Order: sequence, then C-alpha cells, then structure tokens
Amino acid sequence: MRTIDSKIIEAELVKLIDDCLKVPDRAVTDILESVTDAPLPQAAARLIAKNNAIAERNGVYCCQDTGQALVMIKLGDEVCCRGLADAVERAVISAYASARKSVADPITRINTGNNAPAVIETELVGGDMRDKLEISFLAKGAGSENMSKLYMLTPADGKDGIVNAVVDAVRSGGANACPPLVIGVGIGGVTETACSLSKRALLRPIGIRHDRADIAELETEILQKVNDLGIGIAAFGGAHTALDAHIEVKPTHIGMLPVAVNLQCHSLRHGTLVF
Amino acid sequence: MNINDEIIFNLPADFERISALEPNTLVYLSGAVYTARDQAHKRIAEALASGSKLPFDLKNAAIYYCGPTPAPKGRVIGSCGPTTSGRMDKYAPMLIENGVTVMIGKGVRNQAVIDAIKAHGAVYLSAIGGAAALYQDCVKACELVAYPDLGCEAVYKLTVENFPAVVSIK
Repeated sequence: MRTIDSKIIEAELVKLIDDCLKVPDRAVTDILESVTDAPLPQAAARLIAKNNAIAERNGVYCCQDTGQALVMIKLGDEVCCRGLADAVERAVISAYASARKSVADPITRINTGNNAPAVIETELVGGDMRDKLEISFLAKGAGSENMSKLYMLTPADGKDGIVNAVVDAVRSGGANACPPLVIGVGIGGVTETACSLSKRALLRPIGIRHDRADIAELETEILQKVNDLGIGIAAFGGAHTALDAHIEVKPTHIGMLPVAVNLQCHSLRHGTLVF
Repeated sequence: MNINDEIIFNLPADFERISALEPNTLVYLSGAVYTARDQAHKRIAEALASGSKLPFDLKNAAIYYCGPTPAPKGRVIGSCGPTTSGRMDKYAPMLIENGVTVMIGKGVRNQAVIDAIKAHGAVYLSAIGGAAALYQDCVKACELVAYPDLGCEAVYKLTVENFPAVVSIK
C-alpha cells in the first residue's frame, strides 16, 4: 500500500488549476498565430492569439467563463490517500477564489458562491497504475458544454453513423461553441461511459492520433468533414472549424452504439498531475 | 474596407453608419454598452411586462451579452468576453421592440430575433468568443447599474474603446 499526503495534492492542484484558467493550451495559440484563412476568420485567429498573449502577460483569465471544474481522478488500487475528496474540493475553491462565480443550483439558480462543487469523477485502476494517482483538470465553460450531444446509435449505424453524428453535433452547435473547436468523441459502454470518454478525449494533446489505426483513421475523417462545414474561426467562415478530433472507445453491449460528442472551445484549459 | 483598418465607430452616435455596413464587416466600437445576460434579461422582461422600473433607458441602448470575472486589483473590470447570444433569444425581440438597437454577443440567433432586428432596424454584432482578456483591455470604465445581487450577471455600464466586433445581422 502506498500512502500519498492529500495536502501535497491540494497544493499542486491549486497551482495547476490557476495556471490552466489563465493561459489555454499553447498548441492552440501556436496554430492561431500562423494559420492562413479567408481575411475575416484569419483576423479573428490573430485576435484570439493576441488575447491569449495578453492573458499570459497580464496574468488574467483568457476567458471570463472559467467554467465548472472537472476533476478526473485515476486512483490506483494500492494507493491510500486520506482526505482526497476534501482536498480536491478545497483546491477548487481556492484556485477559483478570484475567478467568476459560475456554479448555481439548477432549479433556484442561486449561486453557490464559491464555484463548488467541482465535478469529480473517480476511476479505480489496477495493473501498471496500481500504485499511482493521476488527477486531470478540465475547465468546461457553458458555451461549449451546452452544445455537446449524446447519440444512442444502433450497431447497424456503424462508422458512417458515428461520423454523421459528430458532423450533426458540430453543424447544429459549433457556431455557438467558440470555434475553432477541439472535438472529443466518446464511443461505447453505456450512456455515462460515452460521455466520460468524450471528456477524457479532450485531455489528449492536439495533433496526436489514437494508437489504434482504425480509430486514428476515423479521427482524420471526422476532422476533414467537420472542417468542410465551413463554420470557421469565431464562426466567421473558412477552413478551420476544428483544430482536432479525438476519439476514445470502450466495448459496449451487442445491441448498442452510444456516441457522445463533446465540443471544446478554443480556450482549451486542461492539465494532468501524476503522483 | 481593408480588414486590417481599425475603423472606430462611436456608440450611440454612429449607429446609422454601423447599420449601413455589410454583414461580415469587422468594426471597432467605442462608447457605452450595458452588460446583461440570462438572469438580467429575465428581470428586464418581467419589468417590461409589469410596467415597473427598468435598470436603464432601453431607447437606442447597446447591450453586451457578458458576465465578467471580478476586477483584479488595479483594473476596472475582469475578463469580459461575450456569452452565447442564443440564450437571450427568448427575450431579445421584446427588448428590441422597446428601443434596444445594438446587441453584441457570440453565436447564432433564432428567426424571431432576426425578424425583430429587421423590423425595427436594429443590429446584431458578433464579438469573438473566448477573447476575454482582449476585451478586458478595451473597457475603460465600468459602473454597476442594477441587480447587484446577481453577481457577474448584474447590469454594468461599460465604456469601451476599440472593441472589435463583426456586423452579423441587420
């Protein structure tokens, strides 16, 4: 049994979240600084790149929607971490102290006042991960999360059905989700498995394909078809509706094909700690 | 007009010039805009329905769909990019009928809003979603106008300079 001090986790998580909320994934800025497109979307790309540079220089939030905090934990089955849940909650409250208060009761709409509760997802893992604790953070703003979709396809829908579902989700919601997007696709399991996988897919670095060749090919096809929609940077048209598409899969029931599509805005704010 | 020319339009004085521009024209706005998003719209709609006091004069007003982060020390406002306009579609026609001429937000509008914009000669401009630090630098003054209990959803009067936005619906 390995014991990890939750105080260390809390301190590192506060720093990770604060850094993530201010400066988005640098790969996005690098692309937007150099991308060529029609005049209007290209101007928007440069303004977004400038925005991210201002955020970094001034230490301010790149987007006012600092989101609801998603904390995805992989807990090795030989790890003991007393007080982990409370440490994560305190880290989120502390890191979000100067951020916008964006979390409210769903019925009364009364704000919780401290951005808690975070959405905490915990997966128990064994094997090579048995003595590890991995904590990933993803800030999810409403603009892009609201445009995400779950499709309960049938096995007969197959790969074409998957591609069509993703293209449909981007066609209907992409313009509102602050493009250029990163598209997370979760396929398999049951409803929540697909949704969870679609979020995990967003953690993979931009430009990296799935290590299964057939899935990598599907990612490339989806990216091409989404960019053919012509929604474009800041929804001003052009060739760059999405910067990447990532798929994660898990086996599903013989009678099911759940496909979750999570649209991520260009303010891609994520990071992972491994203890 | 060259896309790189920063042509400044003053609000509300230059409204007629803005509304004469072709869609997909990038403009830089200076002047006064009022922030209002989901809950503020709900309250304004309720005030209009009941005839009670409005938070500001809607006539010729510019509304910015925005809920800023708190102002850091030494700055007038926090990060303040646009929020999704579609969530205000339920209320926008009523506000347009009561005098609002400019709406600034991000994303698409429904047919009822498009019809109201055309019927009343209003304009919808798209700001760049996610460019909140850039817009923070465009805000020179910020004054709380109404609904302080709504926190970031309160109504603020912003004085902006060189605020980039694209004429989208007119």
